[in-house]
Amino acid sequence: MHKERVKEKIIHGIFLLLGLVTVGCVLLITIYLILSGIPAIREIGLIKFLFGKEWASTAAEAKFGILPFILTSIYGTAGAIILGVPVGFMTAVYLSKMTSPKIKEIMQAAVSLLAGIPSVVYGLVGMLVLVPGIRKMFHVPDGASLLAAIVVLAIMILPSIIKMSVTALDSVPKEYEDASLALGATPVETYFKVSVPAAKSGIAASVVLGVGRAIGEAMAVMMVAGNVPNMPDSLFQSVRFLTTAVSSEMAYSSGLQRQALFSIALVLFLFIMLINATLNFFLKREKE
Amino acid sequence: MLNKSVSKKRKYYELAVKTMMSISAIVTTSLVVFLFLYVIVKGIPNISWELISTKPSYLSERIGILPDILNTVYIVIATLLIVLPLGVGAAIYLTEYATNKSMVMVIEYAAETLSGIPSIIYGLVGMLLFSNSMGTCIMAGALTLVIMNLPTIMRTTQESLKTVPQSYREGAFGLGAGKWRVVRTVVLPGCVDGVITGCILSVGRILGESAALLFTAGFAHALNGFAEGLTSPGATLTVALYVYAKEQGEFGVAFAIAAILMLLTLLINYAASCVQRYYEKRRSV
Amino acid sequence: MSNIISVKDMCLWYGEHQALTNVNIDIPGNSITAFIGPSGCGKSTFLKTLNRMNDLIPSVKITGDVKYNEVDIFSKDIDVNQLRKEIGMVFQKPNPFPMSIYDNIAYGPRTHGITKKVQLDEIVENALKDASIWDEVKDRLKKNALGLSGGQQQRLCIARALAVQPKVLLMDEPTSALDPISTSRIEELVMELKEKYTIVMVTHNMQQAVRVSDYTAFFLLGELVEFGKTDEVFSEPNDKRTEDYITGRFG
Repeated sequence: MHKERVKEKIIHGIFLLLGLVTVGCVLLITIYLILSGIPAIREIGLIKFLFGKEWASTAAEAKFGILPFILTSIYGTAGAIILGVPVGFMTAVYLSKMTSPKIKEIMQAAVSLLAGIPSVVYGLVGMLVLVPGIRKMFHVPDGASLLAAIVVLAIMILPSIIKMSVTALDSVPKEYEDASLALGATPVETYFKVSVPAAKSGIAASVVLGVGRAIGEAMAVMMVAGNVPNMPDSLFQSVRFLTTAVSSEMAYSSGLQRQALFSIALVLFLFIMLINATLNFFLKREKE
Repeated sequence: MLNKSVSKKRKYYELAVKTMMSISAIVTTSLVVFLFLYVIVKGIPNISWELISTKPSYLSERIGILPDILNTVYIVIATLLIVLPLGVGAAIYLTEYATNKSMVMVIEYAAETLSGIPSIIYGLVGMLLFSNSMGTCIMAGALTLVIMNLPTIMRTTQESLKTVPQSYREGAFGLGAGKWRVVRTVVLPGCVDGVITGCILSVGRILGESAALLFTAGFAHALNGFAEGLTSPGATLTVALYVYAKEQGEFGVAFAIAAILMLLTLLINYAASCVQRYYEKRRSV
Repeated sequence: MSNIISVKDMCLWYGEHQALTNVNIDIPGNSITAFIGPSGCGKSTFLKTLNRMNDLIPSVKITGDVKYNEVDIFSKDIDVNQLRKEIGMVFQKPNPFPMSIYDNIAYGPRTHGITKKVQLDEIVENALKDASIWDEVKDRLKKNALGLSGGQQQRLCIARALAVQPKVLLMDEPTSALDPISTSRIEELVMELKEKYTIVMVTHNMQQAVRVSDYTAFFLLGELVEFGKTDEVFSEPNDKRTEDYITGRFG
């Protein structure tokens, strides 16, 4: 009898440990990033690092300013949101409210495919279609630019926005809509004045999720943005994002340069944590 | 009164919004169709038996992706073998064992945080944690992917555990079964669908992953057996695509791989929805 | 006739809410006791206390004494699984496991360490016979139990409970989800079972209590209002509230 109880206790303990693995991973990642990110910031100086306008890691007199990367990431994400959110949102309303179940099913499968395509495939198509297209259309010397990255990111965040918004819109109680229709509002008015406001937390969460995806994307952007550490002064400039700053030099970096790359990753991580907190806020509101 | 239609302003609003919705839906659909067809049309002609059955050779200037295919298989197997017990165990703890609410919240919050971290950061941490100690190798990449896929397996398992009727648990407890026996015999068989769905989604994610593998698993194209493969560096299909396109300008090969990946993605999505439908049907009986 | 379960001054809380107040009752062995009362009166909660199924709800707190064969069931030395083996339970909704009929019945014995095929076969057959469902299922023991009808499922669940050879069988409204024919089959079965077992049954159906039970306990708002021989409780209740209830004035 006693043995049985000890056995149950041990098994409970094992499952508790398995449950704590996730927490351990988060702590490990956080601690590792902080520990490896701090030294370079100390050496370079926080202000000089964050607001320095020049990145020349391999120059004789090396400069480690990451303002260009920060701004590029912000502009790139903002651009992707401006392009992607309206299309995604409108598509979501269309799928959730306007179309037949059959078409909805087919289109949702299409959106899932979009979500499943590896980012390097987006990068590849971007390299061969988008980049030359921009060069020809705007008569610029090289199409690998901020604009190309924005377009690719906008397409990549579409599935997140559509899927999550459709879920939020689908869960709006039908009674709300019926009430509005019974008052003489047209279906379209009902969807936008009743359903959308009722689902607004979920839709907001979908946008935040899109922001997270866009700011964290590395490979596709690496293939279409040109990767020159310029300040993002124009849409047609070749630019480097926070993510691509890390990946483009990691393979051959050493010393302070390598440490600075870890510091960039730390900055990126802080951005992501901020976005996650926002996302959680909206998701909690959606649940209520 | 009844034959008077809605005011002009409302009519224009309706028309404008409807147009925008249609345009958006058409844009989304045509993007998917274009991407799919473009990759398939450019990729399929480049797929040959020689390409998928050989390794690259500088002597004969031939490119083969067999090593990359095998590496992908190895990394999928290694990752799933490790992540399954961890993820399923964590899910069981959360739904069956945990009594402390704040503990559940901490673990769920940690899982959400993990799923929000971008792969480039996983790549970096994986490099520091695993590659620095065991060298750049498939195993280091797999361990990195384990952390990335842990939330997926946890979530799908948890969701299906929640659909196991409470009455099964009560019935088993009522017969005097201990906790572990109840979990093993009555609860676990009920979450098979969640585990399968989680596996399918994880396979999809592993297939598509590149940023997290570049610095952990490396990008070699050597032909290895399973055991040897795990301990040596190797590129998966996705990483190989990146290297061939970006570093070597071999777009034909890149598109061939892209087409393969595209078809696999389609297959995976289809499989996932089949599993879901199959179990939904069984449950409603 | 000796009492198999005796309860003294038992109270039960769900968090802050008190669901049972000072329950005192002695349940005689080899008899059928029915718990009646309006829904939410605590009768099911009380039933589930007797084999500690309420342990599964974290917020439940219990004070007072519950003795089974003179042993305190909340004592530290008691193994709750052993207790539930002695005091079996049949639930409101039939809840067969998604396994074969055979495996459903064998689940309990296997849990308690019986692995020999010959022995299991015998237990399964006897349990199914005792629950008078043997003739209906003997040719399809390997078929999934979820394919049976609702009434058959409930008799299967009774057989499953019998297979661990309990002394007491708790039944929580065992016929409320069933049609009249299945209900009367289960009632007949229950009356046969009292030869070998003590049965405690919650029911919302007063005719059923009259038809089946030897003793009746009436619960109201978490209190045990009246307990006695069934014919006495129904013909000349001591308490005004019992009278009101059985004459249909409320609930």
